[in-house]
Amino acid sequence: MIHTTGLTKTFSRGKATVEAVRGIDLHVKEGELVALLGPNGAGKSTTLRMLTTLLAPTSGSATVAGHDITTERDAVRRNLGYVGQGNGGGHNQRVRDELITQGLCYGLSKQQSGTRADELLAALELSDLGRRTVSTLSGGQRRRLDIAIGLVHRPPLLFLDEPSTGMDPQSRANLWEHILRLRREMGTTIVLTTHYLDEADSMAERVIVIDKGSVIADDTADALKAELAGDLVTLTAESRDAAESLASIVGRLDLVRDVTVSGSRLNIRVVRAEKALPALIRLSERHGIGIEAADMSRPTLDDVFLGLTGRSLRETAAA
Amino acid sequence: MNVLSGSAIVMTRELRPTVRDPFTVVFSLTQPLILLALFGPLLTDVPGLGDGNVWDWFVPGVLAMIAIFGTSMTGSNLLTELHDGSHERMLVTPLPRSSLLIGRAVKELVPLAAQAVLIILVALPLGLSVNPIGAAIGILILGVFGIGLGALSYALALAVQAQDWVFWAIQQTLMFPLLILSGTMLPLDNAPGWMQFLVDINPLGYVVDAERALFAGDFASSTVLHGGVAAVTVAAVGLGVGVRAMRR
Repeated sequence: MIHTTGLTKTFSRGKATVEAVRGIDLHVKEGELVALLGPNGAGKSTTLRMLTTLLAPTSGSATVAGHDITTERDAVRRNLGYVGQGNGGGHNQRVRDELITQGLCYGLSKQQSGTRADELLAALELSDLGRRTVSTLSGGQRRRLDIAIGLVHRPPLLFLDEPSTGMDPQSRANLWEHILRLRREMGTTIVLTTHYLDEADSMAERVIVIDKGSVIADDTADALKAELAGDLVTLTAESRDAAESLASIVGRLDLVRDVTVSGSRLNIRVVRAEKALPALIRLSERHGIGIEAADMSRPTLDDVFLGLTGRSLRETAAA
Repeated sequence: MNVLSGSAIVMTRELRPTVRDPFTVVFSLTQPLILLALFGPLLTDVPGLGDGNVWDWFVPGVLAMIAIFGTSMTGSNLLTELHDGSHERMLVTPLPRSSLLIGRAVKELVPLAAQAVLIILVALPLGLSVNPIGAAIGILILGVFGIGLGALSYALALAVQAQDWVFWAIQQTLMFPLLILSGTMLPLDNAPGWMQFLVDINPLGYVVDAERALFAGDFASSTVLHGGVAAVTVAAVGLGVGVRAMRR
């Protein structure tokens, strides 16, 4: 569905040039749900804007739905739906009117557009709002309208740029329900950008981590976490000295990736915590070191990002 | 999709809010109406207005004024759509880029014509004498001029992008010289030589003169032709510049 090779975008602001995207190779198969994850300014949206023909790439090439993004822009546009960061519905337009206009833009007849508009209004629980002006809708309703607008022409591929940014948790959950249901029904390939870790983690089948304009990891969330972060086991020893000596012992084990000590606590990165935890406790008993508390936690995608870049995504997102 | 049907879609979309809420057309007439009421009476006995009634001289000028007030600001609607994302959404559709500009600019004709008719109706009881056919042609010329100015306003919006204040600064800076140098408010007979040059290159001036001639039923005069040519030139230049800006 999407193939890019060495896609780059350089912006020039006065004398300074900014390399927003530095040679991205992406491959998305039909029917996949892929998240582009990265901090603000990582190049996610710029990549999306190139793939949707809004921006011409500086170098590199890409095909979307089998068509070249620079030489066959019209065909690319016909095959994709795009939900940008902003709101697609004009603020002084009526909800149903905007859906009809969108249908006409894709060459549907007036009647077809009307039928399609009503279908989508029903599908996204907007039927009662068809005659309302867009500016009077709530944030969540507006976002559902954006999705409806993006789906008018039944595109095989849908791009969502930060679909749920700024929404309250309830509206986010509701929006995702709609997106996932429509995907099940229509088999749409979905590519989204997000800086919400939990969103990428729970929704996407594949996560592509982007930082400073390059792809730095690309796999399922589970695989990324297992390979790049590992589970965390926390053991509390009797004393600081006991913790230090235990650290030097467990550090030699194969299943342990990394150990850090803070006070009497050991933070141990392991491949699989459920296997490692009993083994670690047995080992400390054999060396006569008592364990007062033990805990384990699964890694988050933030741990993955931290492992890859040395920075936390939460910090960069907040900054 | 061809440019014509694309432009029709864009134009219909642009006109919808006006049709749904036609009072916006009336509200935007507040300033011209105030001018008509408070400035018009002051023009009695001002030299250079010709022998006729003051309204026959002033009302065509007020029409030119609404043409530049409304259409020069219309780019701000596009600024809003650039900010909120609805323009971006239209850009991702297969609509021809040029139709996104042409549809918007051509739509300017509609509110402009409606406003012109309203102004004429208001001025009739004041004593305006008007040749109906002349007025119809006059409104058409005005509309063509408005399309061009509207297109330039959109081009300006596209050029300044996110910086709204630059748009308003340029629009406000250009509007008044254009207006004064067209002989809308006061006759330009006593203008000094350097000013006369600016008057000669101001297309709005030719349009205003043509409106006056047409309202008086003076179809044969070359003034009408000059006004028509000025309006068509502005429209052609405006659409050319605008379409280029939209394609970029």
